[in-house]
Amino acid sequence: MPMIHKFSLFDKFMVLDVNSGAVHVLDEVAWEVLNYFTSCSRDKIIDILKKKYDVEDITQAYLELKTLQQKELLFSPDYYDDMDLHHNGIIKALCLHVAHDCNLRCKYCFASTGSFQGRRLVMDCETGKGAIDFLISHSGNRRQLEVDFFGGEPLLNKDIIKQLVDYGNERAAQSNKDIRFTLTTNALLLDDDFLSFINDKMYNLVLSIDGTRQTNDRMRYQADGRGTYDLILPKIKKAVEMREDKSFYVRGTFTRYNLNFSEDVLHLADLGFKNISVEPVVADKNKDYAIREEDLPTIFKEYETLAQEYVKRYKIGNPFNFFHFNIDLTQGPCVIKRVMGCGAGTEYVAVTPEGDIYPCHQFVGIEDFCIGNVKEGIENRKTVEEFRKCNVLKKEECKKCWAKFYCSGGCHASAYYSSNDIHSTYKIGCEMEKKRIECAMWIKASLSE
Amino acid sequence: MKHIKTLNSSNLKTSLSKGGCGECQVSCQSACKTSCTVANQNCERSK
Repeated sequence: MPMIHKFSLFDKFMVLDVNSGAVHVLDEVAWEVLNYFTSCSRDKIIDILKKKYDVEDITQAYLELKTLQQKELLFSPDYYDDMDLHHNGIIKALCLHVAHDCNLRCKYCFASTGSFQGRRLVMDCETGKGAIDFLISHSGNRRQLEVDFFGGEPLLNKDIIKQLVDYGNERAAQSNKDIRFTLTTNALLLDDDFLSFINDKMYNLVLSIDGTRQTNDRMRYQADGRGTYDLILPKIKKAVEMREDKSFYVRGTFTRYNLNFSEDVLHLADLGFKNISVEPVVADKNKDYAIREEDLPTIFKEYETLAQEYVKRYKIGNPFNFFHFNIDLTQGPCVIKRVMGCGAGTEYVAVTPEGDIYPCHQFVGIEDFCIGNVKEGIENRKTVEEFRKCNVLKKEECKKCWAKFYCSGGCHASAYYSSNDIHSTYKIGCEMEKKRIECAMWIKASLSE
Repeated sequence: MKHIKTLNSSNLKTSLSKGGCGECQVSCQSACKTSCTVANQNCERSK
C-alpha cells in the first residue's frame, strides 16, 4: 500500500515517499496541506487553512502535491509485494576468520575477546585455501567477490593473509573473477612492511578506534589492562596517510558509557580521519554498557549534533564522511538488494579457523547456526532456508515501517540476540536506524541549497 | 514548484526490472560489522 514518512528536523519539513524512494522538502503551507491531502477535498482543505495561509498558496501547494502523486513520487503504489527473490545458492562474500585469538581484551567484544566461545586458534593455509576454493566454486556467474580478513585479530596470522591474497588472486584470475580484499584490524600489529602489503593488495581497510583516549581506553585494552589509544593512534595515522585515495574507515563502537559519542566522532574527524564509522554496541541487554530504550532521546540528539556538524564542516571545506549518514538518493542499490538485505547465510558467510561455515561473523560459535564446512560444503540446509526466507517483506514489523528499504530488515544477529528469532527485529536498533536515515536525508536537503 | 523541492526524481520501481545483478558489495563488508544499512551501498552498475 502507499506509504509516506513525514518528519521535520531543524529548519526543514520533509517527506519520504516509501515505495518510490522520492524525498521532498516542503514549505510550511505544503506541509500543512499534506496533513489533510488524503482525507479531505481541496475545498475542505482551503476552508480549514484559510485563516492561517493565503488561499492561492494553499491551492498551489495542493496542486503541487497532486502533481507528485500523479508522477508516482508521492503516495506511490506498492509494486514489491509479490517480488521474485531468486535465491540461487550463489555465495559471493566471505568473512574469513583467520585468527580466533586477539591481543586485546575489549570489554564489549561479541567474540569473547577473540575466541568466539571456542578455542583460541589461528587458521592454517590449507583451510584458508579451502575457503577461497569454496567461495569461487559457489559464486556462480558473480564476477565481483569479496573476502574480509577478520578475527579475533587477523594480524596475529599475517603470513597466512599474504598467502591467501596471492592464492585468491590467482584462483580469481583463472575463473575470470575479481576478489576485493578487506582487512579489519585493531592496528596494534601494523608495521611498515605490512602496511605496504595492505596498500598494494587490500581494496578496503577498517581500523578500530572508538574515539577519544578516555572512550577508547575504557573499552579497548590489553590483557594487562593498559589502554591502547596511545599505541594505535600513530599506526592508524600512518595507515590512513598511506591509503591516500584508497578506501578505508576508522571504525568505533559506542556504548552506554559514552552516549555523548558525537564528541568521539568529531575527535576522529579532528585527527584528520575523513572516513568514520561509529556504531552502537551489540550486547546482551543485561550488560551495564548495553544501550537501553531510555537512552534513545540522548542518542537522537547526538545524531542531530553530528548531522549539523557534518553540514557545517562540509560547507567550510573541511568535510568528513560518517558511514551511517551515507545515502545515495539517486543511484543507491536497486530495490531487490534493499529487500534481500545483508545477505547473511545466503550470499555472505563467515568461515572459522577450523573451516566451519556460519551465516555471518555474528553467529560464529553458536553450534545451531553452523551450516557446513569448506571441505564438505553446505550441509545444514534447514538453517540456510531460514535465512533465505528472512527478508524485509516477510518480517511483520518491517512491512509497515517507512524505513524498510533503507535498513532492509536490519541485522539478523541483532534480532536473534534481542529476541531469539532472526525473523523478528531489534527495536532499539530500529529506532536508531530511523533517526540516522532522517539525519541523512536532512543533510542531503541542506547540502542541496 | 514553489512550495515543494524534490531532492530525487528517480523511482525505486525502475530498479525492479533493471536491478538484481548481485554484484554490489555485501553491506557488512564495508565499514559496518554490526548494524546493517543496506541503502548506503553503491550500485556496481552505476559506477
